Amino acid sequence: MPELSYREAVRDALSRAMREDEDVFIMGEDIAEMGGSMGVTQGMVDEFGPERVRNTPISEMALAGTAIGAAMQGMRPVAEIMYEDFLTLATEQIVNQAAKHRYMSGGQLTVPVTFRTQGGAGWSPGAQHAQQLESWFVHIPGLKVVFASTPTDVRGLLWSSIYDDNPVIFFEHRTLYGLKEDVPDELEPIPLGKARTHRQGEDVTVIATGRLVHEALAAAEEAEQEGVSVEVVDPRTLQPLDEDALISSVKKTNRCVVAHEAVTRGGFGAEVAAVIQYSAFDWLDAPIERVGAKFSPLPFAPVMEEFVVPHQADVLDAIYRTVGRNAN
Amino acid sequence: MAKVEQKGTLSKSDLRDFFREMLLIRRFEEKVEERFRAGELPGFLHVAIGQEAVAVGVCRALEENDIIASTHRAHGHTLAKGTMPNELMAELYGKLEGCSHGYGGSMHLYDIERGNMGANAVVGGGLPAIVGAALAFKFRSEPRVGVAFFGDGATNIGTFHESLNLAQLWNVPAVFVCENNHWAESTPGWQHMPIEDISQRAVAFGMKSIKVDGQDVEAVYKASRRALEHARSDKGPVFLAVDTYRLVGHYIGDPQVYRSKEELEETRATQDPIEHLRTKLELSDDEVDEIDREVQEIVDASVEFAKNGTDPKPEDALKNIYA
Repeated sequence: MPELSYREAVRDALSRAMREDEDVFIMGEDIAEMGGSMGVTQGMVDEFGPERVRNTPISEMALAGTAIGAAMQGMRPVAEIMYEDFLTLATEQIVNQAAKHRYMSGGQLTVPVTFRTQGGAGWSPGAQHAQQLESWFVHIPGLKVVFASTPTDVRGLLWSSIYDDNPVIFFEHRTLYGLKEDVPDELEPIPLGKARTHRQGEDVTVIATGRLVHEALAAAEEAEQEGVSVEVVDPRTLQPLDEDALISSVKKTNRCVVAHEAVTRGGFGAEVAAVIQYSAFDWLDAPIERVGAKFSPLPFAPVMEEFVVPHQADVLDAIYRTVGRNAN
Repeated sequence: MAKVEQKGTLSKSDLRDFFREMLLIRRFEEKVEERFRAGELPGFLHVAIGQEAVAVGVCRALEENDIIASTHRAHGHTLAKGTMPNELMAELYGKLEGCSHGYGGSMHLYDIERGNMGANAVVGGGLPAIVGAALAFKFRSEPRVGVAFFGDGATNIGTFHESLNLAQLWNVPAVFVCENNHWAESTPGWQHMPIEDISQRAVAFGMKSIKVDGQDVEAVYKASRRALEHARSDKGPVFLAVDTYRLVGHYIGDPQVYRSKEELEETRATQDPIEHLRTKLELSDDEVDEIDREVQEIVDASVEFAKNGTDPKPEDALKNIYA
């Protein structure tokens, strides 16, 4: 089994799809010679040429809309939005157009487009280059939303997103690009809407996305030392959501923590908490704990940034609160 | 509506056929106004009375596999692109037989089989998709052209500039048809554009631009043929600046407080494209009456068809969200 980084795993999925299928092409700002601002598409222009690895002007509306139009004609474009923050510029096209063409036409067409984007704090870019905006898109009927946290997952989920006939907003986390693991030679597509249980446990379920999956796994190790057994589940696809997997885990552990890097207020964890309390109310032994960023734009100074976004210790505190223990 | 044979020149009979189609669109939209005011039609409706020559002139110039994207003022484009009046009227009544099966309404008319990629209720919203469709045609070496309709108001929005820039940069087979009716909703051109000659918009992108009188259907047809030929032969996209007039309000029921009665009456008296064509063709009153009766029958039948259509079930609302 080859070892691939999260970055290489994204590239692998894109390259394999493009080798097999002429309808797949990628477009975005600086993705050709530069290989994208995160280096994800490095070298792809050499293999596939500038027609299929298309550098675009800094024009998120047209870049998103062009991908949508090509998809409406049966292509399977993958458009890279360099930073999640710049999704705001493409949001009209994604929300009013991509999500609704099929519906407004009464089912006459499909829009098989994938928007890849990335975000995440931890490198002090300030307020406009590291937001986590996934919950905005979960709110829009017609879109699917994926947030992958490991190399294996990102590869298999991206493949499935490219071949899904619906628009998919595919979130990658900046700080995970260097994460490596052994992945199978064969690319195994991972169906959208299937959660992954990373770690079995008995006392508390942590439902985490993106970087917080790793923070949760580390917190679980720590808690284990203290005799608290933690299950860690990553929904991987935020829409459609694998509600059954999340609910059955909480019915087993009777306690739940939801964790993401995005701001807690109105975050994806709020939706998960609502799903859990409704379907597993009688099983809950403690209030559902929420871990997320403080209600603040991302500050520049590293000490402030670190203060705003959640870390392993925040997940651990939340775990302990659900079992009625003090953090220390 | 049978398509005339594609050619650069038009016979009297071709133009007569255009006349009939323009009158059908006019009578259809007048009927829509009437039924809306009678309380039969839900929603938010915009008619394009006065702009029929643009819809017919452009769409008759298209080849079979060319596609269009339209605007909130879409009835004329949709009929001219081949959607049956029955299906369009049924859509306005919210019936399953409608061209969008009751999911779209007046501002979201689709007919994929006939090359209508959809009317768009966001001003400028449909332009980028036409660039993308044209890119797909280029990828597949298909001799097809994507045509975006939009108004003068849309030339102020970002999607317009980004789309034209990208279309020219990538040399895709697209034609951008700007229907300059001199009003962005209630705002006159002089209040929303710092330039008078809208065709200059294309200059910034190095795009070929053609100006045409939008009240002269023959001129629109010929200009469209040139534009389409240019785009189809890989010479690049074209900006078609069509000067036209909206002889009615922005929406049905618009009291038009922003416009003087005198101006409106004068424009109606001098800028009706159907009257222009009638004069050009020297049609007698009898001839016009005969065509008028014929199209009225089609329009009346479409109302009957629509009223007898199938109402969607409320829970049908949850279909077609995902493929």
